[in-house]
Amino acid sequence: MKAENYTARRDTIDGWPINIVTYRIGGKYYCTIDNVDPGARFARAEGPARDEVERKALEKAKKYLGQTRRFPTTTMKPESGN
Amino acid sequence: MDVLVSTDWVKDNLENPKVRIAEVDVDTAAYDQGHVPGAVGWNWTTQLCDTLVRDVIPKDKLEALLGASGIDNDTTVVVYGDNNNWFAAWALWQLKLYGHQDVRIMDGGRKKWLAEGRELTTDAAKPPKKVYKAKDQDRSIRASLLEVQNAVERRSAALVDVRSPAEFTGEILAPPGLPETCQRGGHIPGARSMPWAKLANDDGTFKSPVEIKALYDGVGVKGDKPIIAYCRIGERSSHSWFALKYLLGYQDVKNYDGSWTEWGNLVGAPVEKP
Repeated sequence: MKAENYTARRDTIDGWPINIVTYRIGGKYYCTIDNVDPGARFARAEGPARDEVERKALEKAKKYLGQTRRFPTTTMKPESGN
Repeated sequence: MDVLVSTDWVKDNLENPKVRIAEVDVDTAAYDQGHVPGAVGWNWTTQLCDTLVRDVIPKDKLEALLGASGIDNDTTVVVYGDNNNWFAAWALWQLKLYGHQDVRIMDGGRKKWLAEGRELTTDAAKPPKKVYKAKDQDRSIRASLLEVQNAVERRSAALVDVRSPAEFTGEILAPPGLPETCQRGGHIPGARSMPWAKLANDDGTFKSPVEIKALYDGVGVKGDKPIIAYCRIGERSSHSWFALKYLLGYQDVKNYDGSWTEWGNLVGAPVEKP
């Protein structure tokens, strides 16, 4: 048994870069999505068809990335006076 | 001793009784999809930590895990995993912490093994049980909160933040798509940013020591003083710790496994941003 039809590509969701890796082992397709930096896998799906598992994994990825907040990168200083 | 082995080396040693392969993935379901024949699977969320107290795996639990995995003190252990061996490096660091002599990483990890179309199995390995005797923790490779606080105050160590640039600046509190696990963003005062992923090639293998040295030299980390690496929970920094310690050969390198989930939640701890 080997991983077959292995593909890896890069895309973005809401401005966040993602890696989409899909392959088949035995009769099942697996799709995993990571956040490129640091490469943490945060969405995955498995099933009998490539298109279906990629669609499901992307739906999950969009949901989770939608929960990621951006914060100001400078320290807030209190206004002087008053 | 080679601390990095190739996928070819692993293939050639699958039947070697002195070698035990262990898969450790971020994605704990990956092992069951298919793994290197004969490899045992270790779950980092339950088997490579203390599940009650926040801590590394207790000594007796490690001894039981290794014994059940067919590993004794003379076994050559080869760890590999997904995401550029992220958690495989975490496992290696813990084995080194408890004094295991011969533990190596399969360069490129699961990604490379799969991409090369190498043999996989879904059969769980059933190695013969062995007796393992761990040493006491080698604290020369593990930094505590107190040591990091002292290092910040005295500027006695080079602190390396290996998280992504957006985590370093505090723009995000956790990697995109993952739950936030700290109260404040930013980094430990004085830390240099060297994202762990920069040390890896696209195929998951480590860059050459020359390339890695150039990266660290570029941020002023040259091995001329103690180094403390940290990330969010200590696993990405295990990868960087491995590179600094074994690929560059720097002697005094510690992994601060408390990392940002400790520092960024600590009341009163100084934070620098960006």
